[in-house]
Amino acid sequence: MKPVAFEYCRPDTVEEALDLLKEFGSDASIISGGLSLGAMLNMRLVRPKALIDINGLGELASAHAGDATVAAGTLVRQAAAMTFPALMSGVPLLAKALPYVGHYQTRSRGTLGGSVAHADPSAEIPLVLVTLAGAVKLQSPKGSRDVPAREFFQGLLTTDRRADEMITGLTWPIRRDNTGYAFDEIAQRHGDFAIAAVAAEATVDSDGAITDLSFGLGGIEDKPFVAATQQFVGKPANAATAGDIANTVAEAVDPMVDLQANADYRRQLIRVLGARTLFAAFADATEQRKAL
Amino acid sequence: MLRIKPGQKQLVTLTVNGKTMSGYAEPRMLLTDFLRHELDLYGTHVGCEHGVCGACTAIIDDVATRSCLRYAVQCEGLEIQTVEGLADADGTLNTLQKAFNENGALQCGFCTAGILMSATRFLQENPKPSNEEIRDMLSGHICRCTGYEQIVRAIRQASGQ
Repeated sequence: MKPVAFEYCRPDTVEEALDLLKEFGSDASIISGGLSLGAMLNMRLVRPKALIDINGLGELASAHAGDATVAAGTLVRQAAAMTFPALMSGVPLLAKALPYVGHYQTRSRGTLGGSVAHADPSAEIPLVLVTLAGAVKLQSPKGSRDVPAREFFQGLLTTDRRADEMITGLTWPIRRDNTGYAFDEIAQRHGDFAIAAVAAEATVDSDGAITDLSFGLGGIEDKPFVAATQQFVGKPANAATAGDIANTVAEAVDPMVDLQANADYRRQLIRVLGARTLFAAFADATEQRKAL
Repeated sequence: MLRIKPGQKQLVTLTVNGKTMSGYAEPRMLLTDFLRHELDLYGTHVGCEHGVCGACTAIIDDVATRSCLRYAVQCEGLEIQTVEGLADADGTLNTLQKAFNENGALQCGFCTAGILMSATRFLQENPKPSNEEIRDMLSGHICRCTGYEQIVRAIRQASGQ
């Protein structure tokens, strides 16, 4: 038995889960799939007094498409998300990123919200949410609030969630017209933590110029973030511009250094993967226009 | 709402390979340890205990997943399939196990139980997988003996391709 002794609580409603958070505060850990938290518990990196198992809250396991966004419950399993048309056709960047999330045996249990709550800087789901400017829905006994994903992630395994709050859902912006999406990453083994992950959303006008661009990076700094690329708006959406953007961003970032990669290697990955992925997003945008 | 105090032993009843079985678990007892030490089912192996190696993979309510990242108390009433359930009662290997045997898809065997359970569920969901799909599924397992090539062949053979 690896984890510390904890009280096991399995609430039947969100209200009961919130009552438990009120009772235990930061001494509680919320578990959904447990693919990240379970490992942290087994290694005793987390030592909660209470484990709040939200897997019984079925109402948090579905996704609903609105006009501009898809609202997905926190408990949507990653493998289930890959079968939801609302998410797969509505949020193409997520559809492109999910095959990189863990493995067949972990996506089957791991959840969208759990990955966001865990806030690993190299995780794909938080990166996509940040790139698309999605939001995280949090609920506490006092009420609920929506936090923009770009403000939610604060650093390594650190988020804006308060001790009495739980994530109940994620808000995913639906694909926009004339806009292309692309995702790629490098990991030591497929499904492992990304050494560098890149996500791009690019809107291209009928003259082939970039009108809007979001270029997200994961595994580079202590949280997923969108790189500054305003200076490239109006430039032609071609391979040369993609290379310029990637080279500029690679110089601007402050990469992590760990056993897998030093800063220079991470910068080089941004140059190569970034250029390729940005160009793929430009090409996808052009395809979208042709299809209309 | 179910609440179990730290250290409190709880009777857990679940179905393993079609049989109803019970044992006692305190909240922090992993399903892997429960299967092995409470139910005396040693087929499920304990490797890294943090979800990376895949040795402990079992099928829990029709989902192939890590049993080292699940607590026994979470599994009350659930249906678990482990490697002990694959062969016939008389020990006759099933198609997948035979394919592993014939292709030399195991050497030390430590990772094998987990891979067999993953492959069992995977083939139910995807009866005619490509080699690429098999490799993608296998990326969730670590085998230090075979180099995986024989495992891909065995799963391919078991799928009748």
